[in-house]
Amino acid sequence: MTKVVEGKNIVRDYHVGGGLFRPARTVHAVKGVSFSVDKGKTLAIVGESGCGKSTLARIITLIDPATAGELLIDGNKVDIARDGLTKDMRRKVQIVFQNPYGSLNPRQKIGDVLGEPLLINTDKPAEERRDLAMKMLKKVGLGPEHYNRYPHMFSGGQRQRIAIARALMLNPSLLVLDEPVSALDLSVQAQVLNLLADLQDEFQLTYVFISHDLSVVRYIADDVMVMYFGEAVEYGPREEVFSNPQHSYTKTLFAATPRADVASIKARLARKAA
Amino acid sequence: MALLDIHNLVVEFQTASGPFRAVDGVSLHVEEREVLAIVGESGSGKSVSMLAVMGLLPWTATVTADRMTFNGRDLLKMSPAERRKIVGKDMSMIFQEPMASLNPCFTIGFQIEEVLRFHMGMDKAQRRARAIELLKQVGIPEPEDRLNSFPHQMSGGQCQRVMIAIAIACNPKLLIADEPTTALDVTIQKQILDLLVSLQAKYGMGLIMITHNMGVVAETADRVIVQYKGRKMEEADVLSLFESPKSNYTRALLSALPENAVGDRLPTVSDMMFEPAPSGAGA
Repeated sequence: MTKVVEGKNIVRDYHVGGGLFRPARTVHAVKGVSFSVDKGKTLAIVGESGCGKSTLARIITLIDPATAGELLIDGNKVDIARDGLTKDMRRKVQIVFQNPYGSLNPRQKIGDVLGEPLLINTDKPAEERRDLAMKMLKKVGLGPEHYNRYPHMFSGGQRQRIAIARALMLNPSLLVLDEPVSALDLSVQAQVLNLLADLQDEFQLTYVFISHDLSVVRYIADDVMVMYFGEAVEYGPREEVFSNPQHSYTKTLFAATPRADVASIKARLARKAA
Repeated sequence: MALLDIHNLVVEFQTASGPFRAVDGVSLHVEEREVLAIVGESGSGKSVSMLAVMGLLPWTATVTADRMTFNGRDLLKMSPAERRKIVGKDMSMIFQEPMASLNPCFTIGFQIEEVLRFHMGMDKAQRRARAIELLKQVGIPEPEDRLNSFPHQMSGGQCQRVMIAIAIACNPKLLIADEPTTALDVTIQKQILDLLVSLQAKYGMGLIMITHNMGVVAETADRVIVQYKGRKMEEADVLSLFESPKSNYTRALLSALPENAVGDRLPTVSDMMFEPAPSGAGA
């Protein structure tokens, strides 16, 4: 098994500038997190808002540099603070954001949305970019007739498909998914999760899946990391984490997740009648 | 007699491309001391039908119904002035975005006392005492100090607690909660749901939970209405809905839950979807 991405003790601090009445201070968003993901596998990162999971996603996607620690992608050490970001690196890692309404430019046609990563990062001619975009549209379950449409003409689920298609245009080995289904309806969520599973099988993609929804995580993840105040309080294979949570926060999180099975409804109604 | 009784509610919006029917012939009733959940995806008309009950829809909306009574009074024939006396007092509502539904320019104390002044005619000292009592009830620590806080100084979960305090300030008979926990973390969601259900039991309110989350339904409701594209698909008590759903749509929704996945792919709603029959009773 080859490790596609590995993080060793990753730290990220943000310096919050002081004002007239406020001293400057440092926020420790991520406090020494280590992880690794094998090719074709999915690591899910769970936690509540403000726990540093999106900060970690930005570091893995090479948008922000880490303050300290090592990030290895395909076994090579990457430090964008020192070396900058090469086009080659950008082709390896791509991201899909949470809100498909905000992540697509409303004035860009879908064809141009999909062609742009190729235009910037490769020297493929326009004809080839167009062909690849058409092929990718079909892959994610849209059709060639959508090529010349604008984002506002699509539903939320379709837009998330477009965002996924854009991320896949450069044939990345690692895809970071930052809450990709939390803005979608239940039925659409199922479709997008299925699409992600299909694409993973087809391209041997590696996913880092950020989510706060444990039922989604349980369905899609191979490994699970639970973050709490910038630290990884729990990290292990899915079955182990779900069947035998160690940290008290993980237990609280599991206990707080609403259950939709018949047995727990019966138990609740019995409690209420008592 | 039902607390809220609606028969054949239709809400239409005037749009540039003609009228759009957001709610199409929905009938529902809520009894006192009952938790009714209305479930549906976006565009199913679940919020719009409750906004119609509250009279909060914009002028572009046309509301018609065969019957719409609250506590024995006809809401359709009521003048706006009469209706304002009921809304916020006997019937109140909590919205999805706690940060956005509080006014950022006023302290939370002012916003709680505003309701008490308007509906209960309390004097200043009474209002303050009641506001402190309310904040205690919804579980906000140090309520005396918190009265002077502005919404931006509180977290999302605390803001939602303040919203609940405002909603229950006049001991309403009916509380409508429109996706009260969608914007909150799972752990906070649990606290807010527990709070709502305990307040409902304590004061014997009718509670309508509007949600798209099947887990929230399972945790709170007595009875459930499933809506799809403005029509009622199914109505059942919570146990039989989860145990033996009657309509195809409910079955599809339940099987699309990731925790119910059997193979390595989820069944999707479109796999089983059908064109809903005009009667809306479900196939």
